[in-house]
Amino acid sequence: MRTWQRGRSLGDRLLLAAVVALAVVWLAPIIWVVGLSFKPNEVLMHSTGGILTPPFTLKNYVDILAASSVFGWMLNSTIVAFGQTILTLLIASLAGYGFARTNFPGRNALFVLVLAALAVPEQAIIVPLHTMFAAADLHNTYTALIVPRLAFPFGVLLMTQYFRAIPPEIEEAALLDRASRLKVFFRIVLPLSIPAQATLGIYTFLHAWNDYFWPLVSATKPAMYTLTVGLASMQTNFAQTEGIGFLMAQAVFAGLPVLILYLFFQRHIVSAVAGGPLK
Amino acid sequence: MAEVGSGIGQSRWTNALFVAPYMLILFGLLIVPLCLGIWLAFQDYDMLGGWAGGVGLENFQNLLDDRIFRGTVRNTIKFVLMTTPAFVVLGLFLALALNNALRRSGILRTIFFGSSVLSVTIVTLVWRLVYLPDRGLLANALGLLGLPGVDLVTSQVWALPAIAIVTVWWIIGLPMTLFLAGLQQIPPELYEAAALDNAGRWRTLTGITLPSIRRTIVVVAVIEVILQFQLFGQALLITGGGPDNTTRPMVQFIYEAGFRDLQLGFAAAASQVLFALMLIAALAQFWAGRRQGA
Repeated sequence: MRTWQRGRSLGDRLLLAAVVALAVVWLAPIIWVVGLSFKPNEVLMHSTGGILTPPFTLKNYVDILAASSVFGWMLNSTIVAFGQTILTLLIASLAGYGFARTNFPGRNALFVLVLAALAVPEQAIIVPLHTMFAAADLHNTYTALIVPRLAFPFGVLLMTQYFRAIPPEIEEAALLDRASRLKVFFRIVLPLSIPAQATLGIYTFLHAWNDYFWPLVSATKPAMYTLTVGLASMQTNFAQTEGIGFLMAQAVFAGLPVLILYLFFQRHIVSAVAGGPLK
Repeated sequence: MAEVGSGIGQSRWTNALFVAPYMLILFGLLIVPLCLGIWLAFQDYDMLGGWAGGVGLENFQNLLDDRIFRGTVRNTIKFVLMTTPAFVVLGLFLALALNNALRRSGILRTIFFGSSVLSVTIVTLVWRLVYLPDRGLLANALGLLGLPGVDLVTSQVWALPAIAIVTVWWIIGLPMTLFLAGLQQIPPELYEAAALDNAGRWRTLTGITLPSIRRTIVVVAVIEVILQFQLFGQALLITGGGPDNTTRPMVQFIYEAGFRDLQLGFAAAASQVLFALMLIAALAQFWAGRRQGA
């Protein structure tokens, strides 16, 4: 690959130019929305042209802060996403260790069942799942928002794979000292799995935060909306686009936490998202 | 669990306790609903009228006779056919460009992957603003070129492609990343041999690169077909299924039948049709990929 580093050929330059142009197209909607979110609605009524020309205003953001429901939705999203992440890490780590490192009757059959569960899409079970939660009178609760996603097997498979790669000698020494399996798991194996925990944790958090279909059908009371569902509910009267600056500020406000998370944990997020469907 | 036997691999019932919490959840919240859904598909059951007994294949017959449902199947398949090739071709193009040791590839990768982390609500909100017929970003860009603005979202021809564009913009990061991983596994010796042969760029691409990542291409295509069959939020939030049902996808049909009209048996039957179509499409592609390889 040395030729690449010395003088670049015309082909390489053209390729680079094409990709940079495409990147500009990719960024344009976001830059446009962020820029216009700082402009007064009265100006946006007439023109959405220059994003760099004054007047600027923070009014659109102040209006969001005044609309008290947004904070409630953000709190709901936070509770649901953290709850789902912590429970997924605990349950998937235990199960992953069980499948990877311990033996018990029926283990292989159960593991095949877990693998098969990968093929089941959310849409195939959402109607009966909704009926079950309705029968248990659990809709519009955090339990209903958190628990159903714990059933999807990605986390268990990821942790199984990770635990399989840890050398068994580490545990064998501890087991010879008559430490219990559970103690070995919590004291020795779990601390070794922190990189995998980070990947799975970020992946789970992101999915929970962005989830749309299940929260839409389960949380029907506005007070229990997550941010994703709540924002969608505010988009319905879009035809009368008087306050598009306000709408843009909403998009920025809701997207910012996730984008910041992304910039800090990019490597984990990319590997988790890209590894997800392959396993 | 106090006593542990000598061998680490010894089979013990107590070890099953590690997997018990997950297996209970898997059973109760995935396997039971799946079976219940299959059963429901053969029942006359709606939330208001209650359960009126088994009806055999009547729900499926009604789906076949339902003009709107047939339309949603058509729209969904059209959407899959629009987006999957776009994801494969554009994803591969980006991966090839970023893989070639271009200096700023880190920043470019961050940009192309970044939109994937946003929720469907934010993505559709941004794009509805972009698509505004008079003041949207698209209208502004067309105006610069001296062209009149168009209202894609209310056009029977353009509404579905407009949703496809949003979808490609949203999640191109996944195919791009999968292709990058595939490209990085090609042994460098293959390229060195090609360089000795003075093989040109195009011949290297078709002779070495593409054959080496054939498996990745199949995997990306299968993943995208499965993902895009599940089109829902973008259509619901951008067009609501209109104009004249030309963008209503199957999942929106399930949503409306099950959660608005409360016809649970009918909605469950539609879910089974979607599930079956997804499995058939994925298996067909795996089969085609394998035949090509033989």
